[in-house]
Amino acid sequence: MAEFTLPENSKIRDGKQHPKPASTGRLKQFKIYRWDPDGGENPRTDTYHVDMEKCGPMVLDALIKIKNEIDPTLTFRRSCREGICGSCAMNIDGTNTLACTKPIEEVEDEVKIYPLPHMPVVKDLVPDLTHFYAQYASIQPWLQAQTPPPPDRERLQSKEDRAKLDGLYECILCACCSTSCPSYWWNGDRYLGPAILLQAYRWIVDSRDESTGERLDALEDPFRLYRCHTIMNCTQTCPKSLNPARAIGEIKQLLVSRR
Amino acid sequence: MSLRTPLGVVRGLGSAKEGVNHWWWQRITAIALIPLALWFVFSVAALAGAEHAIVLLWMQSPVVAALLILFVSVVFYHAQLGMQVVIEDYVHTEWLKHACLLALKFTAVFLAVVAVVIILQVALGTGP
Repeated sequence: MAEFTLPENSKIRDGKQHPKPASTGRLKQFKIYRWDPDGGENPRTDTYHVDMEKCGPMVLDALIKIKNEIDPTLTFRRSCREGICGSCAMNIDGTNTLACTKPIEEVEDEVKIYPLPHMPVVKDLVPDLTHFYAQYASIQPWLQAQTPPPPDRERLQSKEDRAKLDGLYECILCACCSTSCPSYWWNGDRYLGPAILLQAYRWIVDSRDESTGERLDALEDPFRLYRCHTIMNCTQTCPKSLNPARAIGEIKQLLVSRR
Repeated sequence: MSLRTPLGVVRGLGSAKEGVNHWWWQRITAIALIPLALWFVFSVAALAGAEHAIVLLWMQSPVVAALLILFVSVVFYHAQLGMQVVIEDYVHTEWLKHACLLALKFTAVFLAVVAVVIILQVALGTGP
């Protein structure tokens, strides 16, 4: 059966209270999920205080400040700090988003930070996305055509056809949407999830791709595609304001129209 | 511990190449149920407090009997399509899932047939 409670060794306990800094500035409280694979202990939430007058505006700024100045053991992924790499996807104030584009001021009182939900945790805020990336590889995310490209130029695409990729090509595969989806929580082993289905649709509508039928064949499955029940968490949480639910709806329509 | 590659796990047994009919029929039956359910509710409401003989007379009209049979058939077909999705979503023990699906289908067919037989008995005046 689907499990609705955390297993005993995953129950989260109250952790360390790190002392407030001596400065007199405006303090913001952060409560952050911690789990160390080596300790054999349960996960815990540690509390930190950051002086907002000496910190950048985004949640990632605060995380980096905490790691630099308070607790160097705090572990998280980050790279571009401008919302294009997808590394710092995590659950902030109850919503999956990118720490680097989430303003601290949007959170009213203490800032609660957890790793992306329902993924195996590697350490602290770092989830294991191996299965997610394998699912991405399984949809063969590259252009497939029998017709060879013209020898002297790239494959051409009309402006109208290119416009169909808008709202799809911007996906950075941060996994915020897939890990916000209850269907992905319960059946993520077989359900591809919103991010991968949006990426699959990105190749299905590409006018230069000639494998549309094979791509639809591979998706036509009660679990791979039809676990989507249009819950819309994906669209609500996407930090890039994309609409995976619409892309999935389009795939379902194409499957009906080829019957 | 499995040494299968992550991609091997994801590709698994491949695509079932079905699901579109289930999805499509769930929508068709949903659309059909809008007029059928409205008709049923308003008809029964209009008959509220009517005498037994009046209700029998109403049910013995061929159009009413046909609509009633259609209504219960579509209701049970739609219900088992929806319940199947719920079971597949939440029941992950393989044998239990199949047992639940089997019980669901048998129950839905049985209840639908019972309802149709009752409607026919009343409509044809052969009931107890």
